[in-house]
Amino acid sequence: MSRRVARRVEELKPSGIRRFFDLVVGRDDVISLGVGEPDFPVPWRVREEMIYSLEKGYTSYTSNTGLPELREGIAEYYTRFGVTAMPEQIIITAGVSEGVDLAIRTLIEPGDAALIPEPCYVSYKPLVEICGGEAITIPTVPDFKLNYDMLMEYKEANAKILVLNYPANPTGVSYSKKELEEIADAVNELDLIVLSDEIYAELTYSGRHVSLAALNGMEDKVVVFNGFSKAFSMTGLRVGYVIAPPDIFAGMLKIHQYCMLCAPITGQIGAIEALKSLDEVDRMRAEYMRRRNFVVKRLSEIFEIKKPEGAFYAFPKISSTGMSSEEFAEGLLMKKNVAVVPGSAFGECGEGYIRLAYAVKFDKLKEAMDRIKEFVEEYGKG
Amino acid sequence: MESVELEVLRLLEENARMKDEEIAEILALPVDRVKEIIKKFEEDGVILKYKTIVDWEKVQEDFVYALINVKVSLTREKGYDDIAKRIAKFSEVHAVRLVSGEYDFQVVVKGKSLKDVAFFVAEKISTIPEVRDTFTHFVLRTYKEEGVNLFEEEGDRRLAFVP
Repeated sequence: MSRRVARRVEELKPSGIRRFFDLVVGRDDVISLGVGEPDFPVPWRVREEMIYSLEKGYTSYTSNTGLPELREGIAEYYTRFGVTAMPEQIIITAGVSEGVDLAIRTLIEPGDAALIPEPCYVSYKPLVEICGGEAITIPTVPDFKLNYDMLMEYKEANAKILVLNYPANPTGVSYSKKELEEIADAVNELDLIVLSDEIYAELTYSGRHVSLAALNGMEDKVVVFNGFSKAFSMTGLRVGYVIAPPDIFAGMLKIHQYCMLCAPITGQIGAIEALKSLDEVDRMRAEYMRRRNFVVKRLSEIFEIKKPEGAFYAFPKISSTGMSSEEFAEGLLMKKNVAVVPGSAFGECGEGYIRLAYAVKFDKLKEAMDRIKEFVEEYGKG
Repeated sequence: MESVELEVLRLLEENARMKDEEIAEILALPVDRVKEIIKKFEEDGVILKYKTIVDWEKVQEDFVYALINVKVSLTREKGYDDIAKRIAKFSEVHAVRLVSGEYDFQVVVKGKSLKDVAFFVAEKISTIPEVRDTFTHFVLRTYKEEGVNLFEEEGDRRLAFVP
């Protein structure tokens, strides 16, 4: 029989965490720290607004770019991260995932190279590869931070884009304005376009998040991605957005029109209300920060760990136990009923690490930390 | 960011039984510092009391609560404070608040039965010379108390693994 599935798709590596879904099925009493989404419910006033919108019959398509009121709201909102954008530069997407896909498809031609610092979120590399591009991963262990020198080492690669995500999934690292300026210098010298995934921007624990697009001369070189999934707990409602320079905007909008048409209207209406509920975000951020402090303290008694500056992930180094990431994650799940994601799921250099999401209620988090300690004492080396 | 002192208060407001050691871990403070902060707040009367929110219906230990709206007449000798204190001192009175609007005080009374509460209001509140009128509303069910929902919250519907 002739090949049915396109070669590019067939050659994609399946996601590293798929296997763990099967392992967790049918197990009771599992505390999952493997969930990359908030445990807080969507703020009630946001839910009310969406329910009411359904009652009023707001169930149609919106314009391709999204509801005007939402785009205006986002333009105003993003000034808090230093970016002055026009609503006309903003497309509402079905989550950041769609936005990143649009941008990569707009920018990458077969043979084009993309620089992707690892460990990183699982989708960037495959999306580049589907377009026939070459994904060049930059290992960032043990600091998980990109800097000028690291980038300049890839001068010969002649890459077209750089995908940056901060605060980062899975490591929680972020960048100060000074560090970003350094990166911006390299971006200028290498003439890169940066896809800046800032979905965790609100969950920054020291100072305020600075968008790369806010830096001098960067507004034309950066496509910003953000959304309502993490800061407002609206994951399943699928509302994200992009802020893009005019030419890239036009390309992305074309693809968006053909493949998605528009983001779901109910989520967009919720998002308008969410932007009026920023104090809810403050409450949640404070709670995440407390959990971070607790988790880092407990984990640092067992592992080497870098204090995360944002998002809701801790990424400790577990190689001292003598186990690989996968062995550790599987063992912890089977023996102690705690689910974590092996670091290797986020790139080769994530081997030797695990990702724990602390988007879990405090009592469970405490219990999970106790179980991890037991697991290491009972099964770890030495 | 808030001062650690206020952070301690917030944690205790949410969970009065949180141990000093846990607070210390969460706020990355030495335990002694936490003890010191709490002691100071107790001494200064910032922390007034540690109480438990009980859903009494669940143990069939039902109490009757009533909201009493009270209208008063002020005199040169007796202001709001004097009248409020007089009402507040009864052990049956759960809360007293001076409120804006059509009446002056909102009083929450707790008793064992409807009759209990009704007689208490008739005999002890209405008879205070400055009280002109009382309007009694019995509480039939409480859905939220002190910021806590007294009904089952939605469970966690998330998948176990999300990248």
